[in-house]
Amino acid sequence: MASQAPLAIEATGLVKDFDETRAVDGVDLAVRSGSVYGVLGPNGAGKTTTIRILATLLRPDAGSARVLGYDIVEEADSVRSAVSLTGQLASVDEDLTGRENLILIGRLLGLKRAGAKARAAELLEAFGLAEAAARLVKNYSGGMRRRLDIAASIVVTPRLMFLDEPTAGLDPRSRNQVWDIIRSLVAGGTTILLCTQYLEEADQLADGLAVIDRGKVIAEGTPGQLKASVGTGALHVRLLDPDQRTEAERVLGRELGAVHLDPDPAALTAQCSDADRGAEAVAALARSGVGIADFSLGQPSLDEVFLALTGHSAEEGPPEQPEVIEEEQPA
Amino acid sequence: MTTTPTTEIRSSPGADEAAVRKAIASTARPPRASALSAAFTFGWRGMLKVKHVPEQLLDVTITPVMFVLMFTYLFGGAVAGSTAAYLDYILPGILVMSVLFTTVYSGVALNTDLTKGVVDRFRSLPIWRPAPLVGSLLGDTVRYLIAGTVIIVLGVILGYRPGAGVTGVVAALALVITFSFGLSWVFTTMGLLLRTPNAVMNAGFMGIFPLTFLSNVFVDPATLPGPLEAFVKVNPISILVNASRGLMEGTASAGDIGIVLATAAALTAVFAPLTTRLYRRG
Ligand SMILES: Nc1ncnc2c1ncn2[C@@H]1O[C@H](COP(=O)(O)OP(=O)(O)O)[C@@H](O)[C@H]1O
Ligand SMILES: [Mg+2]
Repeated sequence: MASQAPLAIEATGLVKDFDETRAVDGVDLAVRSGSVYGVLGPNGAGKTTTIRILATLLRPDAGSARVLGYDIVEEADSVRSAVSLTGQLASVDEDLTGRENLILIGRLLGLKRAGAKARAAELLEAFGLAEAAARLVKNYSGGMRRRLDIAASIVVTPRLMFLDEPTAGLDPRSRNQVWDIIRSLVAGGTTILLCTQYLEEADQLADGLAVIDRGKVIAEGTPGQLKASVGTGALHVRLLDPDQRTEAERVLGRELGAVHLDPDPAALTAQCSDADRGAEAVAALARSGVGIADFSLGQPSLDEVFLALTGHSAEEGPPEQPEVIEEEQPA
Repeated sequence: MTTTPTTEIRSSPGADEAAVRKAIASTARPPRASALSAAFTFGWRGMLKVKHVPEQLLDVTITPVMFVLMFTYLFGGAVAGSTAAYLDYILPGILVMSVLFTTVYSGVALNTDLTKGVVDRFRSLPIWRPAPLVGSLLGDTVRYLIAGTVIIVLGVILGYRPGAGVTGVVAALALVITFSFGLSWVFTTMGLLLRTPNAVMNAGFMGIFPLTFLSNVFVDPATLPGPLEAFVKVNPISILVNASRGLMEGTASAGDIGIVLATAAALTAVFAPLTTRLYRRG
């Protein structure tokens, strides 16, 4: 077996060009074994390309990397034997059933027929897919597909898993299910490299984080450090009657703490990083007879992280009106 | 996507955390799959697709039937004097043509596959690199077999009586399928080089159509003008047709069979590594 390398991934100066585009421009990464490392960046930042290089699907044009101690170019086969990839496009075969997908991967990884079948059944059960086992994957919902995808990645337990935007396009409920699965994997000792566009996802799952933009790492740290540099989430409320703002300010101040009065005379914002407490605060407003036109609750968005880190994207709103995080990032 | 949220709620309670943990803990890495086992597993994948979408066999059954009926009854009288005489001449040729046309679909299918995320997973697995390609071509030989069998059965119904009987027919079919396996590597290479399935289809048929029609599938080369006759005689498809006719009639020459097998081997030797390289590169 390989030596117990302290770093699961160690990349220096990775570069990848596609024709004119420099997709990855000198990326360095250091990922500890047993941790979840998030790579956070907007569409086109180079996340997928980085993952594909590390998973040996692409050769870097410059730079080098070791994954679990193996060189990704010289010892690509050893890397492949120890990692698994859950790609951005669901990496399962849509024209097969869920069970067939898992048996296929099991057989390819060297399980005997009976072993592959038993393993498939066990995973389908564990991932809540037993009832859908005999249905074609093309008829699965997005959440089911993602769960199958992750199941396929652990048919033989990998030491390291690459997850490329595992919850993109999922509804909140399916997203939470996927998060739970990822947490279980981590608890089982698997190292995970997670690419995401959602700060919240990185916040929920990652121990360490690199923010990547235009192929470059522009910041590194824990999610806490990153959020601290940006500010926490916020509850935004607009009232039916501006005259009630003083009362609303009192209630929100009691429920949540720091309250900020917006330029709009009917609007106010309170710091709030916990959705439950935000909901309670809104309920408290309603109970005290304050009429609410609308409200929204959000973490700082990736845009805000970028604004804070780089100062660019000046066309965003003024800093005292943080945007609400969206489920979908603009393309 | 097509599934409504209600369906999901009913059918997927989500993952069970304790079970997930147990599932993660329970595997030891087995020894690597052998090259052969990996290839056959991909062949099995091809078979499963046919099982789930049997309509895709229409291509390989209806087209050959159309060819036999059309050519026999449309041209039989004009080319060979009678439909019965022409059937004897043309049946081995149509067998070759139908199966060769089917090989183009191997490239089309590969190209379609590439647009799907599952290929990334295959490429990230520790398996014999050409396994996905060899496996799907092995699966495709079953399609070739179906196309060939349809032709022969229809021929027999229409009155075709091969001189060498069942053995000859089986030998001819085996030869045609072996050659097609070699040729299909050309189309898988195209499948990896061209951008869309349609482009592969067009380019594939642009190559195989003239080669097929400028062979002895339909007409005796002796009736053709000199230069054309010369080309038709060296066309590997003509040699394959000669060998197949020979096997079915019991008059095959070892030379023809040797050339066919050598051509298949040469195509595989050149295009299989090329396809594998391109597939790996992604
Ligand atoms: N196969 C490819 N050919 C050409 N350009 C590519 C290819 N893959 C990615 N790119 C380009 O490289 C950049 C980074 O892409 P990607 O790694 O997919 O980013 P992300 O996953 O962060 O959205 C983008 O500008 C994208 O258009
Ligand atoms: Mg991506």
